[in-house]
Amino acid sequence: MENKDTRAPKSQQPHVVPKPEHPEHIGGSISIEINEKKVVVPMGTTILEACRNEGIHVPTLCHHDDLCVAGVCRICVVEVEGMRTLQAACAFPITAPIKIKTSTTMVRKARRHVIDLMLSEHYGECYACVRNNNCELQSLANEYNVDHYNFGHVKESQHEVDDSSYSVVRDMDKCVLCKRCVRTCIDLQEVGVLEASNRGDETKIATFLDKDLADVICINCGQCINRCPTGALHEKAVSDPIWEAIEDPTKHVVMQTAPSPRAAIGEEFGLPAGHSMTQELNTAIRRIGFDAVFDTNFTADLTIIEEGTELIIRLFQALVEKKEDVALPQFTSCSPGWVKYLEHFYPEYIDNLSTAKSPQQMFGALLKTFYAEKIGVDPKDIVTVATMPCAAKKYECNRPEMNDSGFKDVDYGLTTRELAKMIKEAGINLPEMPKSHFDNPFGDASGAGLIFGATGGVMEAAIRSVVEFVTGVKAEDVFERANVMPVRGFDGIKIMEIPIGDQVGPVPELIKHLVPNWDWLKGATLKVAVAHGTANAKKVMEDIKAGGELSKCHFIEFMACPGGCLGGGGQPIPTSPEIRKKRAEAIYAEDESLELRKSHENPHVVQLYKEFLTEGPCGHKSHELLHTHYTKRGKYIA
Amino acid sequence: MVENLRETRQGEVLFTDYTRGESVKKALSMERQDVLFEIKDSKLKGRGGAGFPTSTKWMLTAAAKSEEKYVVCNADEGEPGTFKDRVLLWEYPDLVFDGMIIAGYVIGAKEGILYLRGEYEYMLPSLEAYLEELRKDNLLGENICGKEGFNYDIRIHLGHGAYVCGEETALIESLEGHRGEARNRPPFPVTTGFNKKPTVVNNVETLAAVTRIVEKGGEWYKTHGTDKSTGSKLLSVSGDCEKPGVYELPWGTTISELLEKVGAKNTKAVQVGGASGVCLNKAQFDRTLGYEDVGTGGSVIIFDESRDMLKVLKNFMEFFVEESCGQCIPCRVGNTKLLEGVEMIEKGEFTFGYINKLKDLGKSMQVSSKCGLGQSSPNSFLTILENFKDEILNYANGGRNGK
Repeated sequence: MENKDTRAPKSQQPHVVPKPEHPEHIGGSISIEINEKKVVVPMGTTILEACRNEGIHVPTLCHHDDLCVAGVCRICVVEVEGMRTLQAACAFPITAPIKIKTSTTMVRKARRHVIDLMLSEHYGECYACVRNNNCELQSLANEYNVDHYNFGHVKESQHEVDDSSYSVVRDMDKCVLCKRCVRTCIDLQEVGVLEASNRGDETKIATFLDKDLADVICINCGQCINRCPTGALHEKAVSDPIWEAIEDPTKHVVMQTAPSPRAAIGEEFGLPAGHSMTQELNTAIRRIGFDAVFDTNFTADLTIIEEGTELIIRLFQALVEKKEDVALPQFTSCSPGWVKYLEHFYPEYIDNLSTAKSPQQMFGALLKTFYAEKIGVDPKDIVTVATMPCAAKKYECNRPEMNDSGFKDVDYGLTTRELAKMIKEAGINLPEMPKSHFDNPFGDASGAGLIFGATGGVMEAAIRSVVEFVTGVKAEDVFERANVMPVRGFDGIKIMEIPIGDQVGPVPELIKHLVPNWDWLKGATLKVAVAHGTANAKKVMEDIKAGGELSKCHFIEFMACPGGCLGGGGQPIPTSPEIRKKRAEAIYAEDESLELRKSHENPHVVQLYKEFLTEGPCGHKSHELLHTHYTKRGKYIA
Repeated sequence: MVENLRETRQGEVLFTDYTRGESVKKALSMERQDVLFEIKDSKLKGRGGAGFPTSTKWMLTAAAKSEEKYVVCNADEGEPGTFKDRVLLWEYPDLVFDGMIIAGYVIGAKEGILYLRGEYEYMLPSLEAYLEELRKDNLLGENICGKEGFNYDIRIHLGHGAYVCGEETALIESLEGHRGEARNRPPFPVTTGFNKKPTVVNNVETLAAVTRIVEKGGEWYKTHGTDKSTGSKLLSVSGDCEKPGVYELPWGTTISELLEKVGAKNTKAVQVGGASGVCLNKAQFDRTLGYEDVGTGGSVIIFDESRDMLKVLKNFMEFFVEESCGQCIPCRVGNTKLLEGVEMIEKGEFTFGYINKLKDLGKSMQVSSKCGLGQSSPNSFLTILENFKDEILNYANGGRNGK
């Protein structure tokens, strides 16, 4: 957690006493008492950690496992013998043999007072709130048996709802000023759109000059939503018009689902994290009334072909044609949060972004052209909905340039949470659904597209294909079971080198017109990197700017959200490193269970190039429908 | 131009004659730990209000391992009714800055920072000029007064009017350019302060006292005041009295002695320690000023019989509602609730049950707020309601309020 580059004010940074390497050595651990029970903990353990290890529940609110300590809500206060005041368990590192009591009358009274005070300012009723039944304030009130408002309850709205953004709605009436969003934005994501302003009773979380969220440099990642304990932050709901479209007999309503929502939506139905519900979801979506359900992995596979081809073209231009100004390393462009981050913070690197659209947008464009033609429906009557783990996808589908089909390519971006609500509203219990496959003509996609959901997934999928393309050797023969382990896992930045060797294969039919042979790659080493969370992206970009190691990379995968899409801003709440790990395991397990695990082997993709994108990847039609352009936004917005 | 009354001031410890640099030279001729022992011997406690032993603070900072350490003089004198630091800085900069130099020597700092209250900006030019003189005299700079390797300078940082920045960790946040918000403690500034380096934060008056202790010795210092509260205290006296102003009195002085000295008549109440202090009624005027009884950072506000204590309380609570930094819930919302309670009493729309609930809340705020601001803000609410119960709860309608 100690990060010297962090921009968070020190009042919100933890005091990290480095944990001893050998807690068993003398001086490495310390003996304390919790509720009269003797416990030995490593030096520097916080009271909260010590209590949790002992299975002693201490309530928390402003504390979040992903974020630095704030110590502002004071709900976790405990008694430490000999200290005049109560201490916040989350912010107190143990370095002395203290005696702690977690549930004395004074402690319980203080906690109840904190809850009472929060409720007194918290406008709105639980039953009219998006977070009803999944609200930490509500749970606390329940835990402390709040059956009436001790200090009143605000009767009128104090703040206007800011729904200017396509992605994130801010309802400050429900804000309890825990500052999780501030710490998420400043420290976890290093974007810094939100900060406390004013002081005393006028304190509020604000944007720069109180501008609308749409008018500041918010990248729409929605990570703040995932960490908001109440309903103060939520996604902009779009389910109403979707219901209407489903009811409308003249509309052909189709759904595409991304892999990450499938790996997480079970959590909304009471299942523990790490249960993939892909095929149950297909059935549920059809029962809701969608006319067809498709797998976003199909266009993930397509992305690999398009983006991979683009990379090959760039490398060819730089290495063989010796063109100057070839923008390398090439950056992935699937994460709309990352794209907007780059547009704001590093606009000078816009040419490095792959022009390939994200899988969501590729699908939208294909649905209203190729698919419309195929099923003989006027594209104006097709409504395309995308279930995404993402808040930024809502923004992405509303970008003005995303209408290459002649219509809005994707009509609605739906979060995992919203889809779960629609399913519940339709009276469906998802875990009980029978399994079914995706609809044709896109069918079930490859495992390579599936792992897009985890950080490193795009890179792994690309490597599986590129290795086979270039060397002609099966990916399984290079990587055990074709699993590219160095790009997996949750390290902030991962770097991998792939030596091509002297043996190159024939150029595949699909891209033969673009490169004559692979001789120019003989003996070369492909260098790639993976970063997730924009704080890590920032580190990569700064290194590239400084001409460091990462500037020597050829291809870098960036995901705006920590953990990649499976930790996206539209995923079930709560989130934690543990939950994200479980979701990743579910995704990788599903990948391994599939026969088809390489994008270029997806028969439907091959068919699409034969039938529709006849000029091949990065050809004219591809460029028209599957590629896009970006905007240099900078940090200054009127 | 603010008057300089140095010639006319009377006191036994601070308001006495002193020649600039004397103590610094004496300290530099001693070993660092001997200076520290002298201060330890004096039993000097922090004069900002909290009363933490100065020598302990210095010892911890001196013992902290770091190349970089800081001395910060807290001159963000924001407590309502406190103006003694202003007098010290204006009339006795020699005592204050010499104290800062001695602190730098003892803890091993290279830089001292005077955090000057924004409202005291008018002092800035003269203080800067004074620092320039110190540099000329080699009391600041390199190898100070010939002490090889002791390089030290002082700069002034101007605050911007937030009360909370008088809290030492909020002050450090402000110094670093952040919002004035108290940090989590531990760690304490003695190990992790300004720029995460060991930092000693002392009140203006504490540093001035250090200068005198080094000059005259800890033994001498202890001859003033009481056993547990050694030395003298500067009191900023205001309100209903004939001779308001800054007084230097030995600890152990009773409230009535003080009232007599300043010519207070028909006194009904004395607020000791500013808005965050306690309010005493007549029955308590025999209590003594000192850490063992009524501690104070120096503010004494006198109210005579004509004053309305509910209005006094309301004024204090309005102050806290505005000046809470707003980060922790007990302080931010708690003070608002206490103020609402005062307004209910004012309108005669209250129940005794609810007032008791608020008192309970006040006690929770005292133990659960993040910093000293919220921990002490309920003090006046609790003491005024306790000590002036009859007056306040029978406020309007001839005492038929409350249910």
